[in-house]
Amino acid sequence: MVTTSPAAATSSTSWWRRSGGLSTLAVITASLVVLSLFVGVYDLGAEGGGEMFQITRVPRTIALVLAGSAMAVSGQVLQQLTQNRFVEPTTTGTSEWAALGLLISVILLPSAGLTERMIIASVSAFVGTMVFMAILRRVQLRTTLIVPIVGIMLGAVVSALTTLIAISTNYLQMLGTWFMGSFTSVVRGQYEVLWVVAAVCVAIFLLADRLTVAGLGKDVSTNVGLNYERVLLVGTLMVSVATGVTTVVVGFLPFIGLIVPNVVSLLRGDDLRSNLPWVCLGGVAIVTASDLIGRTIRMPFEVPASVILGVLGAAGFIALVLRLRRHG
Amino acid sequence: MITVSNLTKRYGSVHALGPVDLEIPRGGVTALIGPNGAGKSTMLTIIGRLLSGDSGRVEVGDLDVVTADSRELAKKLAILRQENHFVARLTVRQLVGLGRFPHSRGRMRPDDVEAVDLALEFLDLTPLQDRFLDELSGGQRQRAYVAMVLAQQTDYVLLDEPLNNLDMRHAVTMMRQLRRAADELGRTVVVVVHDVNFAAAYADLVVAMVDGRIAHVGPAREVITPYVLTEVFGTPVDVIEHRDRPVAVYYH
Ligand SMILES: Nc1ncnc2c1ncn2[C@@H]1O[C@H](COP(=O)(O)OP(=O)(O)O)[C@@H](O)[C@H]1O
Ligand SMILES: [Mg+2]
Repeated sequence: MVTTSPAAATSSTSWWRRSGGLSTLAVITASLVVLSLFVGVYDLGAEGGGEMFQITRVPRTIALVLAGSAMAVSGQVLQQLTQNRFVEPTTTGTSEWAALGLLISVILLPSAGLTERMIIASVSAFVGTMVFMAILRRVQLRTTLIVPIVGIMLGAVVSALTTLIAISTNYLQMLGTWFMGSFTSVVRGQYEVLWVVAAVCVAIFLLADRLTVAGLGKDVSTNVGLNYERVLLVGTLMVSVATGVTTVVVGFLPFIGLIVPNVVSLLRGDDLRSNLPWVCLGGVAIVTASDLIGRTIRMPFEVPASVILGVLGAAGFIALVLRLRRHG
Repeated sequence: MITVSNLTKRYGSVHALGPVDLEIPRGGVTALIGPNGAGKSTMLTIIGRLLSGDSGRVEVGDLDVVTADSRELAKKLAILRQENHFVARLTVRQLVGLGRFPHSRGRMRPDDVEAVDLALEFLDLTPLQDRFLDELSGGQRQRAYVAMVLAQQTDYVLLDEPLNNLDMRHAVTMMRQLRRAADELGRTVVVVVHDVNFAAAYADLVVAMVDGRIAHVGPAREVITPYVLTEVFGTPVDVIEHRDRPVAVYYH
């Protein structure tokens, strides 16, 4: 006989599965976003304040929203595709490949615009992520931590190559500022390509059920008539575009793709379609909060959002490892 | 009807299967029995097109499993493997709902919801439907996997050791429900069972395999005999009668 009452067993998680939680999260995120519009060194009340608002604050805030959701959703999709909770664009090498692509585009096509750079970075991210996926298939022992270790190693190799190329072409100094993961330099005319990730998020939402099925592995996918290889390819492509664009505009944003989907999964389970709004909002909230902290902690100087994220993320990552250990 | 002709499979240097010829008629419950490593899973997985054979053909209904469109096949044939390692945190209901994917492609209509309700009911899972898979016992999870496959509502259902992890009551219930699926819903059920007595009690046709070959095929009464079982399993087996059914006794 089944003795546990199902109501008792789900009571801890059910609140998170209802929409009350989502409205709360939406309000918190919206407050952070509004705050981001009004926090900064420049006094908006001063002369030219309105202009300044349009040129820097609005673009910066939009960039936070787009980059935050892009990285969180990318992490979620990668976790689904690899069936591993520890991957995200910076632990699969995706971001590093995007950076390599960007550097190559700058060297070979110095006159190329942002759009061309973004395309080259995305293609490079795609190739790199496919290499990662191909290696994963050959790794028999797919235990939880082997997968991100493979990705981090690949990323390190690619980073080393990028640095080597940068040294021999005198781009080393620029490399640091490009990939810093800072929103300081996001201004009008520099960020608009980020809207591409909004399209990617919509596409992922439409493909959510396929990705959920793919998350159960190749056999289950085949059994229900889903072309697993194709979902893998399309999913990787979308993650690559989102990561490529974000890397070109703001640089590396570590850990969001790891922390946000895992917290959402713990609270609500893995039904991708209903989780996506949570993941997007969570990503936006954390990136915006990190950027706000970075802007205010040492005013009038700015600490890059990625530094704050790194600190928050490392703590979150350790908590996650410990928690998953306990739960098996 | 499932038709297997001249099927063979090697894993590297291990000869796992064949050549095998087999016909499984439409309707009814067919049990595959045999010792560990006999090739039961290999054959079932190839029939379910999750693995490809090295040579030979498999036809299910009038579809060749290798060349047929996978989506069409998914409406005719469902398979559950012996080992299932899902890490996804889905509720029982969400998992069973994914079994409707070939029909719904993700958009659940009322008849999909009905099929899910029915499958949950069939496997005694209604009270557990909102629990996460990782909050279930092995046996409960096993039942959820079987419910997912049944919700697919295919003519052919292939199950590899679905009684794994089940207690006595749930093992008996599962076999009875598979019997019902065959008798009342006209499904063709092929199951690998570990315990020959479940085959003896519930199967119409029993297929005994040894060393990648089919040793005996026939009605339960003809295969569940001391002679066949002793030869197939390589250990002395007696068969006694209980309520008009053969029962194998192999503890000494
Ligand atoms: N993935 C594999 N790699 C290598 N050998 C395998 C693999 N799967 C099964 N085998 C071998 O193939 C033979 C048949 O296995 P299997 O079909 O699983 O048997 P059964 O299900 O009857 O226990 C066994 O000798 C087994 O060791
Ligand atoms: Mg087996």
